[in-house]
Amino acid sequence: MPDTYDVAIVGAGIVGACCAFFSVRRGMSVIVLDRGGLVAGTTGSGEGNILVSDKRPGPDLDLAVLSTRLWRELAAELSDEFGDFELEEKGGLVVAGADGDLAALLELAAGQSAAGVRHVAVDAAGLPDLEPHINRDLAGGVYYPGDLQVQPAGAVAAILAAARTAGARLSLHEPVLGADVDADERVIRVETPHQHIRARQVVNAAGPWAANVPGLAGFTMPVSPRRGYILVTEPVGELVRHKVYTANYVDQVASDDAGMRVATVVEGTPAGTILIGSTRDRVGFNRAIELDALRSLASGAVRLFPVLRDVRVIRAYHGFRPFSPDHLPLIGADPTVPGLFHAHGHEGAGIGLAPATGYLIAELLAGDQPSVGLAPFDPARFFAAEVSHATA
Amino acid sequence: MRRRRRAESTDSQSLPRTESFTFDGAEIPFVPGQSIAAALLAADVRVTRITRGSRPRGLFCGIGACFDCLLVVNGQPNVRSCLQPARAGDAVQTQRGAGDEQRAVRDQYPLGGSDRRTVGAEVVVVGAGPAGLAAAVSAADSGADVVVVDAGHAPGGQYMRQPAGVPPAPAADHDDAAGVAYSRALAHPRVRILSGHQVWACGLDHGRPVLQVTDTPGDADLEIRAGAVVLAPGAYDRVLPFPGWDLPGVITAGAAQALLKSHSVLAGRRLLVAGTGPFLLVVAAALAEAGGNVLAVVEANHPSRWLRRPLVVAGSPSKLLDAARYLRILRRHRVPVLAGHAVTEITADRQDLRSVIEGVDEAWRVRPGGRRIVHADGVCVGFGFTPSVDLAVNLGCGLVLDPLGNVIVTVDDLQRTGVRGVLAAGEITGVGGAIRAAWQGTIAGLAAAVAIGRLSETDCVRAAAPARRHVLREERFAAAMHAVYPVKPGWWDRLSPQTVLCRCEEVTVGRIRNDFRAYGADDLRSVKLLSRIGMGPCQGRMCGSAAAAVLAAESGQPPDLLPVISRPIVTPIPLSTLADPAAPR
Repeated sequence: MPDTYDVAIVGAGIVGACCAFFSVRRGMSVIVLDRGGLVAGTTGSGEGNILVSDKRPGPDLDLAVLSTRLWRELAAELSDEFGDFELEEKGGLVVAGADGDLAALLELAAGQSAAGVRHVAVDAAGLPDLEPHINRDLAGGVYYPGDLQVQPAGAVAAILAAARTAGARLSLHEPVLGADVDADERVIRVETPHQHIRARQVVNAAGPWAANVPGLAGFTMPVSPRRGYILVTEPVGELVRHKVYTANYVDQVASDDAGMRVATVVEGTPAGTILIGSTRDRVGFNRAIELDALRSLASGAVRLFPVLRDVRVIRAYHGFRPFSPDHLPLIGADPTVPGLFHAHGHEGAGIGLAPATGYLIAELLAGDQPSVGLAPFDPARFFAAEVSHATA
Repeated sequence: MRRRRRAESTDSQSLPRTESFTFDGAEIPFVPGQSIAAALLAADVRVTRITRGSRPRGLFCGIGACFDCLLVVNGQPNVRSCLQPARAGDAVQTQRGAGDEQRAVRDQYPLGGSDRRTVGAEVVVVGAGPAGLAAAVSAADSGADVVVVDAGHAPGGQYMRQPAGVPPAPAADHDDAAGVAYSRALAHPRVRILSGHQVWACGLDHGRPVLQVTDTPGDADLEIRAGAVVLAPGAYDRVLPFPGWDLPGVITAGAAQALLKSHSVLAGRRLLVAGTGPFLLVVAAALAEAGGNVLAVVEANHPSRWLRRPLVVAGSPSKLLDAARYLRILRRHRVPVLAGHAVTEITADRQDLRSVIEGVDEAWRVRPGGRRIVHADGVCVGFGFTPSVDLAVNLGCGLVLDPLGNVIVTVDDLQRTGVRGVLAAGEITGVGGAIRAAWQGTIAGLAAAVAIGRLSETDCVRAAAPARRHVLREERFAAAMHAVYPVKPGWWDRLSPQTVLCRCEEVTVGRIRNDFRAYGADDLRSVKLLSRIGMGPCQGRMCGSAAAAVLAAESGQPPDLLPVISRPIVTPIPLSTLADPAAPR
């Protein structure tokens, strides 16, 4: 155990795990802290989506393209030794109910092509070839063979195990109680109930709780929880083959509304169950079950797949996505605390974007030029807004 | 207590088995009202499905909690055969995996959702066993209108389980507090019993309890907004995992009892009863009286320790008489009771189940020597009971871990849970038997009347006093029983890594141990997320506390059980029912 770590990472979810993995691989000494157990937070509530289909052309999509490549490399490299995390070339199918929606979908897909995203336009008659049980009244859709799915808990466990084997320390059930910066020594001291940790640099990867980490929230951050519910059906086998979602999904993700937004997402899993999403609302860390949300999910699912009418829901759960006001993650240095970095705010795309985030954070920590331009993700963009707001 | 038995071979009053359904093409006769599982067992069919992992499975819990007896009925997979009444002409099939290739896919599906209704009720009681029926009576006597929601085909719960296919008997054949509550509840003008209905979700709306209720097929969609709720859902058999516990023909003691009482079917011809607890004697005696050849009762503890608590026993002479009566019946049928022994492994041997019986010490570690093999065609296992706390969890009631390792609801002397308008009675507040449950129910019904303003608290306390004395006496007795029939830690250490722990998802003991050792998964949420334990249809009902015990044996820390008892959706609900009828297409 070094006297001073090169990096302390707060949060052992998928983003923290990837930050640790790529940092330790660059030769840094790393400790990962989490106040809960393994996959205790947002990662454990996710569906495991690794999507390029839902990203509009721009920095978000560039990050997704890099991340998808890294996911494939991680699976190839780690699965045998550290555990299979079920990376699946599932493919995404975005469907439209009306011709107008379909035209918009095709326009989005054309823009994504420029970033290297493959897609296939599917007309109404072609949909059943991809999904035999889909509603026959749809106008058509776009198929994205590059959309992947992963088992998030298994992935976190394997990536953390690989990082530990390479020398990283993992400390679970270790909440941060406070932190202070020693500018002279250029270290951050992090206090937990069990130890005082000295680290030259600290990464806040605490997801929707990022603004609540004592002493490590940096400038008052705009990240807040955006709740989502998922319904899980009894095991039914392969009634639904791809990740299928409706054209309004991209818009709902991009919405700033705090009220309940629903966009139907239906997908099968290797376990034979079907997952039904997605809802979005911002009500803090409210864990109450909202029956209306579950009913909306069910309505959307049977509309897309009438065959699901005869299928039973056996479970429901919720999670909290880290919501960022401009729907782009915060990846980079804190503008106020030297040595503090942010890696959160990915909202519902955290699983997908985690490897790229970890990779780029490791480059920053090592003092290298990031291989993707990070300006759009610079946390300082909100700080500037905050300052101008305060002085206005 | 004198139960009328309808032993099939002797009862001339039972209807002739003229009706039939087909099972994988073969005709299976049934008595109207019989469940599919009971009719299949009567025809010597034990396997209802083959899992994704190629394991044969059949009836296990017998009361709809375990989801192991699934099969395909008329192209609909995942039907619980223990709950589904047999119907003439049904085409029933062994379910293969998730049954996706057997599913009947329709060309056209109807539109819209269910026929949703919202109703108000002064007092809603969940469960029509001794606690629920007593609560209904005392609330109704205080002037409240009461609705009782119960999953059973008829009121009575497990204790006063009624034969299927005939109207509920007008008078209970129990002359105790539970029997009195039963008779009075059925006759009470202000008590309405909704049999065959289940609460599938519940919560509070502006501080008022709201229950979502459906029927057994899941078609009904009833929202009940209640003034007060009495939770009296009872308990189901607790079964500890061991090699072979998931083989068809191995069922819970409660399932054997339910088969006999409701369907007049014996769980086998040559039966072994194993585990721990006084309920084993009750079941073995009933099986023997009904004509079953009970080979032995295998009891891991030493009930002779009873004698160490003479004062308690003296305080409940009727209990002592009950136990003596069951033992007398077993002696008459020459059924040996092997104390300090356990069935440690079962394997399938052609049509038989080959059980290994071994002596165990005080800590339930196997004693060398004295190993014997028994061949049976039915093994009934039970290790006490697990209370059904789902609804209490969802309503936010206070919970505590009891000495048996069960999560139970904490209540005050008036059965109040701490959540306004929510009372709890019976096994949900700790396993304590039917008589305590009935007296607790009486108190809970009075407290419910207070909650809706039908009774003053002073009058309630006064009226509850006699019942309270009964409750205390029964609880002294229950505490003594729990001391005699504990589950001991030696059980967990000797489980082989290949032993199936989570039946639904086919997760082994070794997987849990490995996820702890390799990844540091030391709590039940992380274990669940990694291994899928408790993620299947039973939602951890069968494996939750066992997973906790296996994990505790590894980590030295008993984990929080909340991740395996938290079930926002309490029982499966079809998407067509859940879907909004007003949803645009």
